[in-house]
Amino acid sequence: MAVIKVERKPLSLAERSYMPGILAGMRITIRHLLGRPDTMEYPEERPAIPPGYRGAPTLVKDPHGREKCVSCQLCEFVCPPKAIRITPGTVPEGAGVDHVEKAPQAFDIDMLRCIYCGLCEEVCPEEAIFLLNQYSMTGYSRSEMVNHKDRLYEMGGTLPDRHFKWDVKKAAELGAGGQH
Amino acid sequence: MADFFFGLPVLLQAVLKGIAVIIVIFPVAAACSMAERKVCAWIQGRPGPNRTIFPLFRGIPGMGVLQRLGVFQLVADGLKFLFKEEPTPGHVNKLYYTLAPVIAMVPAFTTVTVVPFGAYLGSAGSVVPLSLANLDIGILAVFAVASLGIYSLILAGWASNSKYPFLGSVRASAQLISYELSMTLAVLPVFLWVNEPGSTGSLSLARVVEFQSRAGFWGGTWFLFTMPVSAFIFAVALFAETNRQPFDMAESEADLVGGFHTEYGAYKWALFFVAEYANMIVGAGVFALLFLGGWNLLPWVPLASLLGWLHHATGSALWLHPLVAGIVSIAIFIAKILATLFVFMWVRWTLPRFRYDQVMRIGWQKLLPLSIANLIVYTVAIALMQR
Repeated sequence: MAVIKVERKPLSLAERSYMPGILAGMRITIRHLLGRPDTMEYPEERPAIPPGYRGAPTLVKDPHGREKCVSCQLCEFVCPPKAIRITPGTVPEGAGVDHVEKAPQAFDIDMLRCIYCGLCEEVCPEEAIFLLNQYSMTGYSRSEMVNHKDRLYEMGGTLPDRHFKWDVKKAAELGAGGQH
Repeated sequence: MADFFFGLPVLLQAVLKGIAVIIVIFPVAAACSMAERKVCAWIQGRPGPNRTIFPLFRGIPGMGVLQRLGVFQLVADGLKFLFKEEPTPGHVNKLYYTLAPVIAMVPAFTTVTVVPFGAYLGSAGSVVPLSLANLDIGILAVFAVASLGIYSLILAGWASNSKYPFLGSVRASAQLISYELSMTLAVLPVFLWVNEPGSTGSLSLARVVEFQSRAGFWGGTWFLFTMPVSAFIFAVALFAETNRQPFDMAESEADLVGGFHTEYGAYKWALFFVAEYANMIVGAGVFALLFLGGWNLLPWVPLASLLGWLHHATGSALWLHPLVAGIVSIAIFIAKILATLFVFMWVRWTLPRFRYDQVMRIGWQKLLPLSIANLIVYTVAIALMQR
């Protein structure tokens, strides 16, 4: 590759006096001074959360108000910082969730450990855990920063479900006489 | 009231004037620090300090505006400086360490007294300047006393017994000495012009304003327009003398931690701060007097004719009352000082700091020859004009 010699021009008198540069700079700063501030006054003003935002992980219920988590513990195993701890339990008889076999007895997410990677949401076969838009978590103690099951459901609420996977399965099972 | 004041013993009058200076300049200098923070914030696209408020004041209409302007933050800062613990480092020279901030205040407050800050209309329409001490050597007194400010920097740097303050004070003193020459030389043409042949010689600042408020085109012109080079050199030297960006060699927090006041904290540090702003106010005042026509509203509109117009326009004789005239003139003068201070801050938050070698080169190789050439040109021109 040929070497291109760039001629270095000597500075003009005006440039050596610094004044054109200074005045240009002052023009820029006065424009900023007169413009609107770029900052957001945080607690009063909140940023708009874009769709797909990865906030705190939460548990969601299906549109029938049934808990979706079947305590398969995949999220617990995939969680890189080991923030999730699940104690599996049986489904209570006649609680309206007998379309599945298991439900979590306890479901704790330690928000001091969570790194918001979203792997739990990705791995969940039931679409039961979602990273929603809550980004500001505070507490006075370590134990306060652990979200328990009821708290997780409260944060997650109900999300629409397109599949009703287990209902379909149950119906198919019943229709096929125990074979599916 | 005035008769009562002038009837007091001279010493008591002086004490009262001194207290007046402290009462006025101290809060104004502190307010400048808040203005600086606000200007900085606005330039950087931030709202600046706007949260602090006394709990009792919440809900009073109008307080929200003051809160947004950071007025209560200023009070909180002042209280913090007063009440916070003030450790004296073990390695300092206690006497000089304590003395330095006090010495910083002395020239800052002393120069205020010789700066005329307004005027009122005396008998027969004559304009009488208002100042605490209308010295005939006005500008000379300002320069002489303001130069003493170096001692506080040297003392602070030396007494701190630590390398960064020492480097900062050495740099600052070299810089102050370098730029003082050009500053003085830049002002000389103004006084050469003012002291016409046949008049009694005077270095009074009020005289310069009087000269800029005469009738006629050349009489009413501000020296900013007739002597732009002088004004420019004076302004640049003023930035250097008050240790402001782009010449803040004394502080240069990037390379010297905190400069000469690295070892200072709490109220002593605040004193340095107030002294810096008081120096800026005096510098801006002298600039306004010399080059911006002092208390004249606009070029070619002297105070006396402004008040005359207002008198004719409104038909009220109130405008000619000495007190009203004094207030109007002081307001105009303060507005000019504030505008100049704003430029100081605007420049500070725009420019990076010059390197030390650049500072020296600008001072000795650029400004000094320029000011000498300026002096020679104007001396010849004035000699030819006033012959």
